[in-house]
Amino acid sequence: METLLAFVIGGLYATSFYLMLRRSIVKLVLGLMIFSQAVNLLIFTTARLTRGNTPIIPEGAAAPLEPFADPLPQALILTAIVIAFGVLAFSLALMRRAHAGLGTDDLDKLQEGEQ
Amino acid sequence: MKSALIFPILIPVLTAAACLLSGPNRTVQRAISMTGAALLFLAGIWLLREVHTAGIIVVQLGNWPAPFGITLVADYLAAVMVAVSGFVGFAVAIFALADVDAGRERFGFHPLYHVLLMGVCGAFLTGDLFNLFVWIEVMLMASFVLLALGGERAQIEGAVKYLTLNFIASGLFLTAIGIIYGATGTLNIADLAVRLRDESTAVPLAAAMLLLGAFGIKAGLFPLFFWLPASYHTPPVAVSAVFAGLLTKVGVYALIRVFTLIFTGMPEITHPLLIWLSVLTMITGVLGAAAQYEIRRVLSFHIISQIGYMTLGLGFFTVAAIGASVFYIIHHIIVKTNLFLIAGAIRYARGTNELKQLGGLYRDYPWLGVLFLIPALSLGGVPPLSGFFAKLALITAGLSLAQWVAVTVALAVGLLTLFSMTKIWAEAFWKAEPADAPPHPKKAVPVLMLIPICTMATVTVLIGIFPSVLLDFSNAAAAQIMNPQLYIDAVLRPTP
Repeated sequence: METLLAFVIGGLYATSFYLMLRRSIVKLVLGLMIFSQAVNLLIFTTARLTRGNTPIIPEGAAAPLEPFADPLPQALILTAIVIAFGVLAFSLALMRRAHAGLGTDDLDKLQEGEQ
Repeated sequence: MKSALIFPILIPVLTAAACLLSGPNRTVQRAISMTGAALLFLAGIWLLREVHTAGIIVVQLGNWPAPFGITLVADYLAAVMVAVSGFVGFAVAIFALADVDAGRERFGFHPLYHVLLMGVCGAFLTGDLFNLFVWIEVMLMASFVLLALGGERAQIEGAVKYLTLNFIASGLFLTAIGIIYGATGTLNIADLAVRLRDESTAVPLAAAMLLLGAFGIKAGLFPLFFWLPASYHTPPVAVSAVFAGLLTKVGVYALIRVFTLIFTGMPEITHPLLIWLSVLTMITGVLGAAAQYEIRRVLSFHIISQIGYMTLGLGFFTVAAIGASVFYIIHHIIVKTNLFLIAGAIRYARGTNELKQLGGLYRDYPWLGVLFLIPALSLGGVPPLSGFFAKLALITAGLSLAQWVAVTVALAVGLLTLFSMTKIWAEAFWKAEPADAPPHPKKAVPVLMLIPICTMATVTVLIGIFPSVLLDFSNAAAAQIMNPQLYIDAVLRPTP
C-alpha cells in the first residue's frame, strides 16, 4: 500500500509542477492546490498505513494496543491543511485581481517589475 | 527568568489583537502599534540580557518535556536576532506613521505588521522543525497581505510571484519535514541533532537538500532569488524596508540552524555546495543590481548579493566564519533597512524612485545625502563603518581556509557594491535634475521619517567605531553554535 501511495504522491508532485510551469494563471492555482495535497499525502504516508486500534492508551496501560498508526503526522497534516487553505484562499483572490488587471490569464504578460 | 522567552511572541500577538479590536480609528491604532513595537524592542533587549547572564534559555510549553512538547529556545544567535528585529520593527513602525496612507491603515496595516513581527520572532525562538514551519507561515501570511494591501497593479503582480515561489518553498519544507519524521520519528531540533548529526546516509542527505532548497528560496539564494527583486519595490516603503531587513534573514537563520545542528554528518557534500551557491548568489545579485535604474530594485538585488556573504560564512564552517556571518547579518539588517527608508524619503521628496528622473537632491536636501552615504558606504565595506568589519572578518576567515576563489569573489563583489552605491549617489543626488522630471513641490522630509533614519545611521557608525563589542559577541555566538552539545543539553536535559 505504501508503495502504491508513493507512486501516487510522485505523480501528484509531477502534475503540480507541470501545471505551475504552464503560462496560465488558472493552471498555476490548480498546481499550487495539487502540490499542497501531495505534500499532505506524503506526511500521511510517513505515519505508516497501519490498520488497527485507536492510538489511545487504555486505562492502566503504558502504551496503546498494537497495531496502531502514529497519530502525530495526522495532527501535522491538519495544521498544514489549515495553513494551505488560508494561503490558497488568499491566492485565489489575488489571482482574480491579477487577472482583472491583466485582462488575460497569460502569466507571461506580468510586468517585469517595471513601474 | 525564563519568561523573557515568551514576551517577544506574546507582545506582537496582543498588539495585533488590540489593533484589530480598536476599530477603524487611526489615532488609537497608531498609539497601540507604537506601544507594541516599543515593548517588543524592550523585550528583545531583555531577552538578550537574560541569555547573556544565564546562557541558553529553554521553555517547554505546557511543561511537556522535550522532545514531546513544544520547545522554545534562545541562544545568543536567536536572542540577538530577536533584539535586532525588535529594533528594526520599532524604527520602521515610526517611519510607517509618515509613510503608510490612511486607506492601508484602515484595512489593517498595523495588525498585519505586528503579526509579521510575531512570525519573525517565533521563527527565531522555536526549537522544533514543524513549529518553525508554522512560524514562517504566520510571517508569510502577513507578508502576502502587506505586499498586496493597497491593490496597485504592480503590487498585485509582484505578489503573484512572491506568493507562488514562497508557497513552493513551504511545500518543499513540509516535504522535508515529512521525510525527516518518517525516518526518525521526531521533529524537535535538538533531538534530531542527536539522531542525525553523524549520519551520512541517503535519507538525511535528501532531507538536507530539500531544506536547502526551501530555505534557499526564502533567503534569496542563487538560483531561486528572482521573486525578491520582482516584488520588494512594489509595496509602501515601510513594508519593503521591514521585508528587506528581516524576511530573508529568517531563511539564513534557518539555514544556519539546520546546517550547524542537524546536517553536519556530510560536510564534504553540504558545505562546499553552500560555498558555491553563496559565490554564485553574490555574483548574480551584484550584476543584477548594475543593470537596474530604480533605487529599490537596485537595493533588492543587493540584498541577494549580501545574502551570499552570510551563507558563505556558513559554508566555511569554522567558528571565525560563522561569527563573521552573525556579524554580517546584524550589520546588514540595520544598513539595508536604513537604505530602504532613505529610498522612501527620496520618494516622498520627489515622488519617484527612478534614477533617470531624479537629480539635484544634494542641492535641495544635503543632509539626506550624508545620511544616505553612511549606510551606502557601509554596505560597500568602506572603513570605518560596520560593513568593513563584517567583510574583514569573513575574508580573514576565508583566507585562513585558503578559499581563494570565494575570497576573491567576495572582494570583487564588495567593489561592485560600492559602484552601485555611487551610481545611486551620482544619479539621484549629484547630477542636475533632468528636464523631464515629474513636477514636485519642494517640501521638507517629515521628522517621523528622519528619526528612524538618523537612529540607524548612528548605530551603523557606532558599530564602526566600537567593532570589537559586536565582534566579541558574534564570536561568542558562533562558539555556542559550533558546540551543538550545549544546545542539545539545554533542550533535552533541562535543569529544573
